[in-house]
Amino acid sequence: MRKNRINTWLYRHKGARAALLLALPVLWLAIAYLGSLAVMLISSLWSVDSFTGNTVHSLSFGNFHTLITQRVYSTIAIRSIGVAVAVTLIDGLLAIPIALFISKVLKPRFRSVVIALVLVPLWASYLVKTYAWRSMFADGGVIAWVLKPFGIHGPGFGLAATTITLAYLWLPYMILPIYAGMDRLPNTLLEASSDLGASAGRTFRSIILPIIYPAIIAGSIFTFSLSLGDYIVVKIVGGTTQLVANVIADNVGTAGNLPFAAAMAILPITAILGYLFIVRRSGALENF
Amino acid sequence: MWMRTKKIVIAALAAFGLAIAGATAGVAASLPNVAMLKSLGKGEGKLNIIVWAGYAENGSNDKTVDWVNPFTKATGCVVNAKTAGTSDEMVSLMKTGGYDGVSASGDATLRLIYGGQVAPVNTALVPNYKTISPFLKNQQWNSVNGQMYGIPHGWGANVLAYNAAKVKKPTSWSAVFAANSPYKGQITAYDSPIYIADAAMYLMATQPALKITNPYSLDKTQLAAAVALLKVQKKNIGEYWSDYTKSVQSFESSNTLLGSSWQVIANTINGDKKVTVATTVPKEGATGWSDTWMISSKAQHPNCMYQWMNWITSPKVNAQVAEYFGEAPSQTLACAQTADKNFCTTYHATDAAYAKKIWYWTTPTTSCLDGRGNICTDYAAWTQAWTSIKG
Repeated sequence: MRKNRINTWLYRHKGARAALLLALPVLWLAIAYLGSLAVMLISSLWSVDSFTGNTVHSLSFGNFHTLITQRVYSTIAIRSIGVAVAVTLIDGLLAIPIALFISKVLKPRFRSVVIALVLVPLWASYLVKTYAWRSMFADGGVIAWVLKPFGIHGPGFGLAATTITLAYLWLPYMILPIYAGMDRLPNTLLEASSDLGASAGRTFRSIILPIIYPAIIAGSIFTFSLSLGDYIVVKIVGGTTQLVANVIADNVGTAGNLPFAAAMAILPITAILGYLFIVRRSGALENF
Repeated sequence: MWMRTKKIVIAALAAFGLAIAGATAGVAASLPNVAMLKSLGKGEGKLNIIVWAGYAENGSNDKTVDWVNPFTKATGCVVNAKTAGTSDEMVSLMKTGGYDGVSASGDATLRLIYGGQVAPVNTALVPNYKTISPFLKNQQWNSVNGQMYGIPHGWGANVLAYNAAKVKKPTSWSAVFAANSPYKGQITAYDSPIYIADAAMYLMATQPALKITNPYSLDKTQLAAAVALLKVQKKNIGEYWSDYTKSVQSFESSNTLLGSSWQVIANTINGDKKVTVATTVPKEGATGWSDTWMISSKAQHPNCMYQWMNWITSPKVNAQVAEYFGEAPSQTLACAQTADKNFCTTYHATDAAYAKKIWYWTTPTTSCLDGRGNICTDYAAWTQAWTSIKG
């Protein structure tokens, strides 16, 4: 009898059903996620006693003043956004042909195998993959050895090595959304296009690209935000390069200046929010 | 959807703003009052310490190098040692309150003392303290007003390490500071703002017009000169190092041929027998460290920590650590226990005059350490200068 009463009550009160269902996720979102962001925002207004390293809980814009007046921070910021954009472009250029091949050219029975192969690197440890790239970029490593007969010097450790390694790490995250987008593209459209006399290039430009555009944007969100937030790859293959994420990590871990790190963290947050806002209009966030 | 999110954000911000506004401020310009342990009790069975690489060996790096397991057998305290790469890391880790003690260098000790992170040490509870070198006791970096805040561990210099096969023995730090270097891209430097003192020490010899008397005591002009020198050096640097295993790997793969390093790194590399690395103290001198074991003010296992401090400064163990790491032991009786009978002579372990010549890591403060007044740059300024040097 009691169970029926609860059922009836819930049936009549739609709002309560929704509230109960969403309670846990909203709590997680509001408190754990947004709450911690809010705490970080507030701590960016604090400062640290320069001698003892203890936090001084008085509000001031000193951290932001330093970020704006010292040129090195804007250099680091521009460099980091540049790396994120470069990684996104490289991954996009690599992922589109691969996704096209898997979804349209491969026979159906091989498709799942190849998708599994694309996913397999994600099972390997992030550090193992990055250290593998470190030994490849090292003096006397594989890349230097391959380029030697052509008389070209390998890039060694640095910005190029960081970009290439990041592009490698995030490629599966770009291939999968684009593959999903292409999979939804009916083959009849492609046949119709060629019936009307379009060349392969024209079909790609006018039919395929506009339809998978939201999928490309969705994949780019992954690569952009993951690259902007990465602080380990640059420490391993980056040589002396500094990116915004590892400067934040250095200020938190080693310098113990949490408020300054929080102030610096506002930059990638703003960059990604800006990117998401621009991208929203493309419909990628709904269709995907 | 967007408006809803905005409202949630504002609400959260307000809520947390109110919560945090009630928090206490944490400035300690004066010495915090921290209680000192009066008597030793039974070991608690566990010990969490923050250590420099090579200070708490348990046989995992080299089967014959182990003084942690014998400690556990003797006292019952199971040791959990966290290795840190820089003094900044150590200060940050101590602030979390989850550790019983730390092997702090002189550029961390005063920060920890004035930050209230460490307690004064009752030297009567550490029997081996009596025979520690007298020139390490009651120093500027490990004591305040005559009260010791730690037990001296050992001291040494930041040496210039170089690949013996590919680099001719350098006699001056110009090997890493000169603008035109045959080793461009294969030089390394310590990745910490405290390295600025190394540049300042070099300038003491090469630009005497700057009138630098203490490399940790730099006014704005002197700091700017050191920063300029380090920016020139950056063009020749392949990698900065703070993680000693990465430094070892870097030397072994010949990505790094020379640079500022520690004797323990050279010893580890030579032990792996892939490359041979030699070390030297160039003519301009060296910065270095004088390490002190300090006990946390929030130590959960203080008895085990005191037992550890007594163990690590006992003659046999202090000799073992010093020989493995490549530093001068603080324990005078350790010299009779070293495997190499000339060890203490080589490292000038009991030579007070030599010990005075090393520029030990010290926290730079606005109040000049050489007594010029409040015109010097502090560690915060050094940290920001370091970020701008790395570019």
